[in-house]
Amino acid sequence: MARLRTRKHKVVLNRSAGGDFGITFMLVLLGAFMFLPMIYAICQSLKPLDELFMFPPRFIVRKPTLDNYRDLFSLMDTSWVPFSRYIFNTVFISIVGTTGNLFFSSLAAYSFAKIRFPGAKGMFKLVRTSLMFHSTVTAITNFIIMSFLGMVDTYWAIIVPAFCTTMGLYLMKQFMDSAVTDAVLESARLDGAKELRIFWQIAMPMVKPAWLTLIIYSFQGLWNAGSSIYIHSEQLKSFNYAIGQILAGGIKRSGAGAASTIIMMMVPLLVFVVSQSNIIETMGSSGMKD
Amino acid sequence: MSAKTAAKKAVARKDMTMLQWTWKEMKRNRVGYAMVAPFMLLFTLFTVLPVVLSIVISFTDFNLLQWPEIVWFKNYERMFLDDDLFMTACENTFVFAIIVGPVSYIMSFMVAWFINDLSPRIRAVVTLIFYAPSISGQVYTIWATLFSGDSYGWVNAWLLKLGIINKEIIFFQNEKWVMPLCIVVALWMSLGTAFLSFIAGLQGVDRSLYEAGAVDGLRNRWQELWYVTLPSMKPQLMFGAILSITSAFGFGDVVTALCGYPSVEYKAHTIMHHLNDYYGMRFEVGYASAIAVVLFVIMIGANMLVTKMISKVGQ
Repeated sequence: MARLRTRKHKVVLNRSAGGDFGITFMLVLLGAFMFLPMIYAICQSLKPLDELFMFPPRFIVRKPTLDNYRDLFSLMDTSWVPFSRYIFNTVFISIVGTTGNLFFSSLAAYSFAKIRFPGAKGMFKLVRTSLMFHSTVTAITNFIIMSFLGMVDTYWAIIVPAFCTTMGLYLMKQFMDSAVTDAVLESARLDGAKELRIFWQIAMPMVKPAWLTLIIYSFQGLWNAGSSIYIHSEQLKSFNYAIGQILAGGIKRSGAGAASTIIMMMVPLLVFVVSQSNIIETMGSSGMKD
Repeated sequence: MSAKTAAKKAVARKDMTMLQWTWKEMKRNRVGYAMVAPFMLLFTLFTVLPVVLSIVISFTDFNLLQWPEIVWFKNYERMFLDDDLFMTACENTFVFAIIVGPVSYIMSFMVAWFINDLSPRIRAVVTLIFYAPSISGQVYTIWATLFSGDSYGWVNAWLLKLGIINKEIIFFQNEKWVMPLCIVVALWMSLGTAFLSFIAGLQGVDRSLYEAGAVDGLRNRWQELWYVTLPSMKPQLMFGAILSITSAFGFGDVVTALCGYPSVEYKAHTIMHHLNDYYGMRFEVGYASAIAVVLFVIMIGANMLVTKMISKVGQ
């Protein structure tokens, strides 16, 4: 039998040097695959025009400049609909959609997790099933429903469906299952507290990581939403769409285009950096039992 | 019946039927229904109803202008017997999903497992590096720049310089290259929620299990992985599988952004493209709905199959 090594009364797990090396090697290789295109994207946005069209091209920027960003902003100034309008649209949609999503999803998640009404399991399974197919499948009929409701070409066409995204509900419900103990709720119920109050004053404070995760998922989705089949009016289109138009402007605008993707990327990345530990904590209960 | 006697022994309820009992429970928990009602209403309206409606419309020849006429299985007959391009789309979709789904799944798990022993701070940085492409919006267009068709493209320039080719390859308009490149980009963007879920799952495995394993004679990390880690991560493995499969089937937009539509010789034409073509350009809503229904069945079927397989692991 293998010799058992211990340090400070703790078992030291067997870790071979060869394995460590192999893992590090694989990690560096995959890391390069993931990271280098990112670096290249950032470099492109900092390259002056002559470096963008240089032969042979260089990976790393030699004389970094912010010209592309300046170009981007002057292009924004000349757009037909003021750029601030696109920014407002995206910010408005993101905030309203996310707030509604947080409200509806956590309310439902609490009920699914902690009030065991007949049919709760079946309903939750139905909701969960929607993780198994992509929204393209329902795009056609959704459009028909939207036009029936008169929501085409309004903010609501984007905002209202965002209220009921499944991922938020799913993560919230799973987290409540594990983080909110029944005993606490039971004692509150015995004290005569109403269910809605228990939800708001006891359960919700216990699941803060899940809120944050839900907010970030919802926000990311809405922030990255580009052109939508529901929106025709130029005044209602998103920031991401407008940025895409700059990207589509051809070779002359490749510098500004590169700058625009970097700006768009920064927001979700910063949000993730700040909230990473909370998201990972939420994911701890994301597993699918049965 | 008083609570006291109920606590003493479980008695089969004879005073009411199952139905009556359910009704009583439903009334007792009406606040529960009220709390799920807003979400379920919207969910029904924007997810359940569209699926049902798609199935209904797929049996008609609806074109948005005239009142639909029922044609029963005509749309499906046409799809499977008369539409060669649909078959191409199916083939491409399956090739794509069969490579991207499992590879991204395994990659997500392996990377999460590789970084599990690192110190928390380094792990956070590495997590960011691997997760970033999946949340960075349009940054994937950088692949079009890297593989640009002229000699300013970095890859072309190197291939020319090293003398491997003597004329630029227009990668995203090249029959041979278009599919493999789309797969690479898909993999690049695929370390998403499943990856985070795996990281959390690995962190959550009870350390004492590993110690017990070491005492029981597990000799290396591979045995540990197989006998301890994987069995205790089954819920996460299940969740991750569903996300990987669903996104592997739903990867049309990025392909369009990289290769344009239609892709060269339809080499990267997927079912999603086919659907958008018939719906967005030809307004054949009945036929497009039939395509949507087939795609729906494929996605759900693949997910059911794989989750069933995973639930068998270790039993």
